[in-house]
Amino acid sequence: MNRVVVTGLGVVAPNGVGVPAFLHALRHGVSGIRYVPEYEQLGYNCLVSGLPDFQQEELRSYLPEVIFHGFNGKAIGYAVKAALDAWTDAGNEIDTDEARWETGCVFGNSATDAGIMKTVIARVDSKEARKLGSRVIEQTMNSGPTAYISGRLGLGNKVITNSAACATGSQSVLMGYEYIKHNMARRMLVGSTEHLDPYMFGSFDAMRILSRKFNHAPAQASRPMSASAGGFVPGSGAAALVLEDLDFALARGATIYAEILGGACNSGGQKSGGSMTAPNPSGVHRCITDALADAGISGESIDLISGHLTATAADRLEVQNWATALNRSPENFPMINSTKSMIGHCLSAAGSIELAGVVLQLKHQFVHPNVNLEDPNPEITHLVGSSNLPTSAVDKELNIVAKANFGFGDVNTCLILSKYTQ
Amino acid sequence: MFDPLKIYTIMTRQDVLSELKKVLAPYTENKAALNEINDQTDLIKDLRINSSNLVDIIIDTESRYNIEIDTDAAERISNVGACIDVIMAKMEQKV
Repeated sequence: MNRVVVTGLGVVAPNGVGVPAFLHALRHGVSGIRYVPEYEQLGYNCLVSGLPDFQQEELRSYLPEVIFHGFNGKAIGYAVKAALDAWTDAGNEIDTDEARWETGCVFGNSATDAGIMKTVIARVDSKEARKLGSRVIEQTMNSGPTAYISGRLGLGNKVITNSAACATGSQSVLMGYEYIKHNMARRMLVGSTEHLDPYMFGSFDAMRILSRKFNHAPAQASRPMSASAGGFVPGSGAAALVLEDLDFALARGATIYAEILGGACNSGGQKSGGSMTAPNPSGVHRCITDALADAGISGESIDLISGHLTATAADRLEVQNWATALNRSPENFPMINSTKSMIGHCLSAAGSIELAGVVLQLKHQFVHPNVNLEDPNPEITHLVGSSNLPTSAVDKELNIVAKANFGFGDVNTCLILSKYTQ
Repeated sequence: MFDPLKIYTIMTRQDVLSELKKVLAPYTENKAALNEINDQTDLIKDLRINSSNLVDIIIDTESRYNIEIDTDAAERISNVGACIDVIMAKMEQKV
């Protein structure tokens, strides 16, 4: 079985677009959460969101002129930017005459582009469907991101669109890892994207699971693991990783960020406490222990947990699940952090952006802070010990990190990553 | 022999041709070929326009000339000359 390494990153995160900006934001606890006046006009409870500083116009240099003309897809736009940045970060050329048969793509997303569908609905309802032109379908089909990415880069191996709610991004990385590990591809461009338009935002707001008490102080609104956590802050963005068979990477002299040691993906079946919106704890335990087994390591080897940790009541249960699955007590608990404290919950894009964060922490040997954790939930401190909830960046030797995401539908994904050593 | 109607027709054809260049511009990266277009220029073969974009070109043409090109007429459009024929016929119908 092949070893799988990460050789390229592309990030469109609420707190940093591009790897250098994102790395700086992670180190310094920079928040990407902003107040959105439109949400106040719409009467939402949550008026803040994680929004990347990205203009669609920037894609002019990423897409051919004839494709850029008539292009409006927001989530696809983030995906194209992240994917092409990751590709060039890995030292590859964009253009190719032949298909790249050894390289595939797994890229995830959630819902269709409601901004475009709004135009479609208006045209159709006024009996002007024929004026929609040829570009709607490619920008509203679920496979839009993979279609744009693979077409631009000529990717000729498996091209797969995945969707698993908030576990989408880590699942796409896991799938790419598995294809390379089992020799089905030499290289996979993986990641996920999310553009939360006002319609989807309003639908989450209606569930009353979003932050609403920090609308006046957006940077403080996302508070995972805190006593004052009152719901998550939705976010948008994308990230992409180039995964590569180690031998393939070494042969072309690629720079290696980190290694993926293993992973697992399952469902709790919405049984035994699991539901559409809550995880079955047994499913989470199995997912984490299966990932450890796949990586061939024990729970004691984990130096850092990069949690799902959204800033809801589920945080305590998640930490309990980590403690059980890793068999760790407060005396020897690993450090634990939530990237969502800075970027909010980027839904489909959460896993890939947070994994890009894990890769950067491994590469640069630090643990990013949990911002807004002045008042940790005592029930969580009781499980992990207060010294394992860093509130400022910690430089430390970091060998192995566990990352998980859990999604609606009771779906789980866990990945084990390590510092690359020969 | 001087024929005002014929001159009018020729001028209009040229006008339409130069307008058509602007309509086609966003859909071709072959700008050199676009500058040289004539009646025989094939949209797909010579300008390398993606066949699915022909419907977008028709929609843009309709809005530029405020005409409606029905599906049968649209299917006749393969080269620049045919485009101009269809546009002029539709504009004549308007008058």
